Amino acid sequence: MSKVTELTCIRCPIGCAITVTQDDEGKVTEIVGNSCQNGYLYAENEVTNPTRIVTSTVRVDGGVLPVVSVKTNGDIPKARMFDCMKEINRVHVRAPVSIGDVVLKDVLGLGVDIVATKNVGVMKDGRVYSRTGSGDDQLPRDSV
Amino acid sequence: MADRTAKIVIIGGGPAGLSAASSAVKEGVDPSDVLILERDHVLGGILNQCIHNGFGLHTFHEELTGPEYAERFEKIVKEERIPCLLDTIVVNIEIEKGAEAAASPDGTGIDACKAGSGNDGAALSAACGRKLVSAMNKTDGYFTIEAETVILAMGCRERPRGALNIPGYRPAGIYTAGTAQRFVNIEGRMPGHRVVILGSGDIGLIMARRMTLEGAKVEVVAELMPYSGGLKRNIVQCLDDFGIPLKLSHTVVDIRGKERVEAVTIAQVGPDRKPVPGTEETYECDTLLLSCGLIPENELSGQLGVKLSGVTSGPVVNESLETSVPGVFACGNVLHVHDLVDYVSEEAAQAGKCAAKLVLGKCPAPDAPERVIPVLAKDGVRYTVPAEIRLNHMDELQTIRFRVGGVYKGASVVIDFDDQIFRSQKKKILAPGEMEQVILKKSDLEHAADLKAVTIRVAQAE
Ligand SMILES: Cc1cc2nc3c(=O)[nH]c(=O)nc-3n(C[C@H](O)[C@H](O)[C@H](O)COP(=O)(O)OP(=O)(O)OC[C@H]3O[C@@H](n4cnc5c(N)ncnc54)[C@H](O)[C@@H]3O)c2cc1C
Ligand code: SF4
Repeated sequence: MSKVTELTCIRCPIGCAITVTQDDEGKVTEIVGNSCQNGYLYAENEVTNPTRIVTSTVRVDGGVLPVVSVKTNGDIPKARMFDCMKEINRVHVRAPVSIGDVVLKDVLGLGVDIVATKNVGVMKDGRVYSRTGSGDDQLPRDSV
Repeated sequence: MADRTAKIVIIGGGPAGLSAASSAVKEGVDPSDVLILERDHVLGGILNQCIHNGFGLHTFHEELTGPEYAERFEKIVKEERIPCLLDTIVVNIEIEKGAEAAASPDGTGIDACKAGSGNDGAALSAACGRKLVSAMNKTDGYFTIEAETVILAMGCRERPRGALNIPGYRPAGIYTAGTAQRFVNIEGRMPGHRVVILGSGDIGLIMARRMTLEGAKVEVVAELMPYSGGLKRNIVQCLDDFGIPLKLSHTVVDIRGKERVEAVTIAQVGPDRKPVPGTEETYECDTLLLSCGLIPENELSGQLGVKLSGVTSGPVVNESLETSVPGVFACGNVLHVHDLVDYVSEEAAQAGKCAAKLVLGKCPAPDAPERVIPVLAKDGVRYTVPAEIRLNHMDELQTIRFRVGGVYKGASVVIDFDDQIFRSQKKKILAPGEMEQVILKKSDLEHAADLKAVTIRVAQAE
């Protein structure tokens, strides 16, 4: 029994409709519909080992925002996206947070970290103490 | 009297405003002569809530998330020490009294500036009329800034639900996709758990994935048109990945629920875009997201008397991205809605550069003979930005951006010089969801001595 998968290539805006055929062992036997080599590689990868970047948010305590945006700093298997989300939703961090801070190391043992993608400053008693994580990079905040 | 002066005032601190500011400084304007006004408490605009990746592939050759992309530009603004007023909303822009008569509301360009004597920046912009920008914030109250030039970078807003004509009650649980995005990504709250989305714009697609990852069930995305308004990549990664159906040529015909949405009924539409009886399907849900397009935010521009395009709802601009009011420039989503932020940055850099040239007196002498060549849109091309080119202001290369009105396979984008085909480029696919561009060379226009107009059009495959 061979398996046939229909894909839309997303490597460029043309979006070719590609058909991939695999044999019993999952080996790719035929790829048709692609217009270029990029599409071939995309299709092959999509059926054998599809991966994605996951982006989400993590709770922040004591920050000017209640959540900070995060991402996986590398591709993870597509099938593990929801497991990854579970791990992300367990994390809490304390402000300040800076872009690139690792909020969760080696998620699910996949060799990929969850890192912050936004700076979140500290909020205390309703006052903003530091707009961003590092504190010294305040905007030249002008007054009239 | 104004409370403060600046040579270049930039309204909006999103990617467009930030890029315009850094480009003006790069062109030689002293950073302290620039001022960015932003109504939010942070810079970055809409990118702060676009936490997904896919930004900056063209500019930085890596895939960044929205906030990361914004931060790259914020950093330049901070390093250059370009002044910003945050939490500050601009409420009015006008031309200083007395100079008003000089401004020509129709016809783009700095015609009025011809009144200025010699190639001197100050005289030039004085002749354009100084702009009075009125703004408010908590610390300073209401104040006015006198500016030589203004760059409009206010972005766009979502089409509100009122404009959608959906019959029935207005229960809680109906949001625009952008509002939902703000809830989830900035405030950390989920607007609902079973969702129907009307409209397949990019924000709706992105939110379908976002809410699914957070545990919601997205039942269906219904799109009125026979094609999606979103990027293909988003359809694949946000819908196909999660098995969310996209129903083209469908619309919402009924919303059930008085207090809170309980169910939404969608139906197929015919070629006349009217629902076809008997095709109704009902989905139980607690949330309806609307992703029905964006409109440039041009209230301020309208009040100022800037000529707006009926097609884009944004200002009509010339090659320098200058509006019909001399010395007022526009870029980013306030000019026309973009799908790729990289193009926003590129376009805004052009506006910043041209504003800088004007205040630095680097523009061609105002009394030099001027050839103005209109750029027209025809046959499937809905509009062009810019709408005209003043040859002596033109850079060596000029990018013309446009969108098409339908899906075309194997068609060509044709550039006509008057009624002669100048260049034709075959395209595998053209779609309304993706902005297109062609690049014109100055020398080509110069060589065509009698050229009256450049036309951009789609020629369908035989
Ligand atoms: C949901 C969504 C998803 C997107 N996804 C992608 C993507 O995956 N990849 C990609 O490349 N691009 C994407 N884009 C497109 C890109 O992000 C936008 O085109 C770009 O952010 C527009 O920049 P802008 O500066 O013109 O507008 P904005 O970012 O909207 O900035 C305008 C700024 O002006 C301020 N402002 C408005 N009026 C006033 C006033 N009166 N006084 C003071 N300030 C004012 C606003 O507060 C705002 O900060 C997406 C856009 C959206 C909305
Ligand atoms: S196969 Fe090649 S041409 Fe077709 S969409 Fe993919 S990258 Fe583009």
